[in-house]
Amino acid sequence: MTDIVISDITEAASTAPRAPEPKRRRLSVPHLLLIPAILILLVGMGYPLVWQGITSLQEFGIQQQFGKPAPFVGLQNYLDLATDPTMWQVVGRSLLFCFITAAMTLVVGVLLAVLMTAVGRAARLTLQVSLLLAWAMPVVAAMTVWIWLFDRRRGVVNYLLDMIPGVDMNRFSWLSNPLTFFIVASIIVIWMSVPFVAFSVYAGLTQVSDEVIEAAQLDGANGAKRLRYIIMPMIRPVIMIVLLLQLIWDLRVFTQITMLQDAGSKASEFDLLGTYIYKLGAGAQDFGMASAVSIFVLALTLAISWFYVRSLLKEDEQS
Amino acid sequence: MTTSVTIPTGGELGATASAVPIADVRTRTRWSRRFRPRRVLLTVLAFAVALAWVFPVYWMMNSSLLSNRTLQSFIPTFVPFGGSFANYENVLEDGSFFTALGISLSITLIAVFFCLLFAFLAAVAISRFRFKGRKTFVLAVLIVQMLPAEGLFIAQYKMVSSVGLLNSIIGVSIIYTAAVVPFTVWMLRGFVAGIPADLEEAAMVDGLSRTQAFMRITFPLLAPGLVASGVFAFLQAWNEFTVALVLLPAEQMHTLPLWLRGFIQASATRETDWGQVMAASTLVAVPVIVFFLIVQGRMTSGLVSGAVKG
Repeated sequence: MTDIVISDITEAASTAPRAPEPKRRRLSVPHLLLIPAILILLVGMGYPLVWQGITSLQEFGIQQQFGKPAPFVGLQNYLDLATDPTMWQVVGRSLLFCFITAAMTLVVGVLLAVLMTAVGRAARLTLQVSLLLAWAMPVVAAMTVWIWLFDRRRGVVNYLLDMIPGVDMNRFSWLSNPLTFFIVASIIVIWMSVPFVAFSVYAGLTQVSDEVIEAAQLDGANGAKRLRYIIMPMIRPVIMIVLLLQLIWDLRVFTQITMLQDAGSKASEFDLLGTYIYKLGAGAQDFGMASAVSIFVLALTLAISWFYVRSLLKEDEQS
Repeated sequence: MTTSVTIPTGGELGATASAVPIADVRTRTRWSRRFRPRRVLLTVLAFAVALAWVFPVYWMMNSSLLSNRTLQSFIPTFVPFGGSFANYENVLEDGSFFTALGISLSITLIAVFFCLLFAFLAAVAISRFRFKGRKTFVLAVLIVQMLPAEGLFIAQYKMVSSVGLLNSIIGVSIIYTAAVVPFTVWMLRGFVAGIPADLEEAAMVDGLSRTQAFMRITFPLLAPGLVASGVFAFLQAWNEFTVALVLLPAEQMHTLPLWLRGFIQASATRETDWGQVMAASTLVAVPVIVFFLIVQGRMTSGLVSGAVKG
């Protein structure tokens, strides 16, 4: 209703009475307004994207860095990747890490959101402030703290675990074993992402009206049934969006993994897609292969995010 | 005359009839609600979770106040009694913090300025006009917003280094502006759309041109939206790590996140002075936390608004 479109009105007003006016070029005010944004996106994103697409079809190694022309090799880089067991391990590990972390984040976030609705004001505010503080932490600062918490000798985590009767951590080094390395990474990422999920779902829960809940209660639905049949369907859209965003964000955990590798080991068993590309490109200087993996990551991200983009497009059409 | 007789009696009757039992029930339910064992348990749980979640943030500040000797002990010190700001003095001593702060500020401010300018113009275009190619642009913005830095940084490195802008503030600023523009366009679009175009039309009827009407009526109303979007752009650029790592390899050009990472990297070769690392982390984190708390309410609504509405 509020969105009365000015251009249409003026256009209709001007074209209706005066008939033979020459048709204006279509590059109008809105197009001019878009030019700066389009230019910066073309420079910062578009050009690299195209370059990457082309380079992924070339042999572009250390010799090409020094000016040797890059031969066109078609899909050879992609075929090499498809037959490389290391690549498949990295892909599998990344997807596993992404799915497990996103699922855990969602479960914990939803539980905390429900908890917020079930407790009194003081408890809820305390919980919200504490989640907000965790959410606000810059990633790099959060990583240094967590590395300190998981420090082998003087970290609090090992100290607290030692307090449990029958448990002897024996200065366990969390970051030297791939499995515990990724458990730690997952814990950190969950800690960082749960606040967003909890707040979003809580916002969704507060929109479920009390009358509906009361009506269900009068009809004899108990707590579990109300959650299953009334509340969950009503907040499902929020949960879907939040899950999608988590999946996308958990694929891009370059900062976290890089910093954990700084403190632990840089061996290839500790790589996810981000650090794998970085090592291929910045380390081995093989830009052809690095570009091919990057294109794969982009395609994967777009496939996951398509539903999110579509829902936002719908929102744009409604306004 | 006649109406004033009937209405109050009806109301009073109903009120007096139910007044006593309602009050009784209310106090009883409030009483039993507060002391139901399930609720007590949940409240305890909520406080426990709150404590666990805030612990890393607390631990950062706690450790930053303790001497290295205290931290070397195998029994952790949970409250910083007898602490000092010595770690902060040590961290700030060699001036590297201020160098990194200066670089971070320059890059971020340049990126935020251009990002807001470009995004504002684009947001006006897509929320005030319907034109050919609009849908394509909106789709492109949404897709670009999803692209991960990890999927582009090798190409961005190649591009920036081939024009000789490696280790320069300009190179990173260009990439940051491009990276933040899509989200800012999307956010500002909501703010612009929230201001009724009728207001502008009314001003135009009163004799202002369309540009004048926009600048005098809509623009002032947009100020809060511009501030909020600006803070978001600021936080994204300020905390960015991946692109900075690739485009600013020289140590004297490190931004704050890279500077902070240097402490962890150094731990590979020598014993880490955790007190100093935590002081450095606190210096990096506290301004960000303050800024974040100012705008967080819009963060959740901005990202999931589509879902809540649908």
